[in-house]
Amino acid sequence: MNRRLRYLVFGLGAAGLAVLFALALAGLPGFGGDSHPYRDRAVHAALAHRTANVVSSINFDQRALDTFGEELILLGSVVGAAALLRPSRRESERPAPDPEARAVPDSVVLLCTVMLPVTVLVGLDVIAHGHLTPGGGFQGGVVLATGLHLLFLGGRYPALQRIRPLAGYQFAESIGVATFATPGLAGLAAGGAFLANVLPYGQFASLASAGTVPVLSLAVGVAVGGGVVVLLAQFLEQALRYSGER
Amino acid sequence: MQVFAYAVGGWLVLVGAAGIVRSHHLVHTVVSLSVAQAGTYVFLLAVGFQWNAVAPVFSTSADTHRAVVDPVVQALTLTDIVVSATVTALLLALAVQIQKRHGTVDPDELRALKG
Amino acid sequence: MSTAVVVVALALVAIGGLAVVVTHDPIRQAVTLSVFGVLLAVLFLVLQAPDVALSQVAVGAAVVPLMVLLAVRTIRRDRR
Repeated sequence: MNRRLRYLVFGLGAAGLAVLFALALAGLPGFGGDSHPYRDRAVHAALAHRTANVVSSINFDQRALDTFGEELILLGSVVGAAALLRPSRRESERPAPDPEARAVPDSVVLLCTVMLPVTVLVGLDVIAHGHLTPGGGFQGGVVLATGLHLLFLGGRYPALQRIRPLAGYQFAESIGVATFATPGLAGLAAGGAFLANVLPYGQFASLASAGTVPVLSLAVGVAVGGGVVVLLAQFLEQALRYSGER
Repeated sequence: MQVFAYAVGGWLVLVGAAGIVRSHHLVHTVVSLSVAQAGTYVFLLAVGFQWNAVAPVFSTSADTHRAVVDPVVQALTLTDIVVSATVTALLLALAVQIQKRHGTVDPDELRALKG
Repeated sequence: MSTAVVVVALALVAIGGLAVVVTHDPIRQAVTLSVFGVLLAVLFLVLQAPDVALSQVAVGAAVVPLMVLLAVRTIRRDRR
């Protein structure tokens, strides 16, 4: 298919989609209206389980099975990307360059060194309070993984490699996914359903509340954090492999 | 104003799709796809929005009667943002592999993609 | 949240999305994608979705653009 024909097909399709979309908009409730039936039910269910952050309650309690599915997609993509980026036998014979030779301003190194513990703490805090304040395992896991890679920005790739034994993070990722299933099986054993909220709900808006929500949030945090570290590590390794040759 | 928010969602999907169609570089294709995906986030959150409502996070049991925006669409969006990042990584890894196997990432030069 | 703020945030996102797509060089695209990610996060904050904004700012402004940069660098290196 040549380029012009492709544009023509796309133009027709896009125009058709735009018309259908505009017609569909005419039937939608107005933007910012106050009719939200799902909202009313979700808030009611979250308060019944004493969860202050309704979004976390939906992710880790009311629709936890969906989140388990998302976890499996995450696991699948990380494994797939890691397999695709694995260096071939020919490539792995080349020595890795010494990135410490790259000149990085001292201020950047200092900033990254100061920011590293701060970011890691923020990430842990975001995971731990996911059922109380905005946050949770998904956001906290990404923050943690990004924080660790500040060491790369600071030009300390060897230091990063030392605190990043890759097998450990691959393990963490799969453990996180497996841990997510454990409270789920507990719910099944307690006579309820898979991923039923079986722990005591505790006091509203206190750290020990919302039953299994913080547990599942932590499991997701470990899985997401491990997964993103593995991904970034594989991309870094590929990109830096022959950079010394130039 | 009534439909502007929804229209921005639709616009991003179309613009992203257009980017995929006229792309000369597979990485550009993947990034355009993520723009199209962002359109679904904007659309979902626009559906759940309510004027003068607050975020669906309560701090004390006293304020649980305040109107909040729809948390269901927010939960859908937030898990998808993180999971789609890993899917984007998988697509980028595929682009890297295609460069290794075929020596090009221009979709027009890849014979296997020609229809 | 006042109407003007919502409209401005939406318009910025609409323009940002277009800017990402019309940027042809994938290296520059990593930069525009990062800016687009921040604009989206601001919009989500305006739409009263702090959870989503947090997720977006971590993923859209940092992780994905970084992976794009690294992927382009790997592809360029394999080309020579």
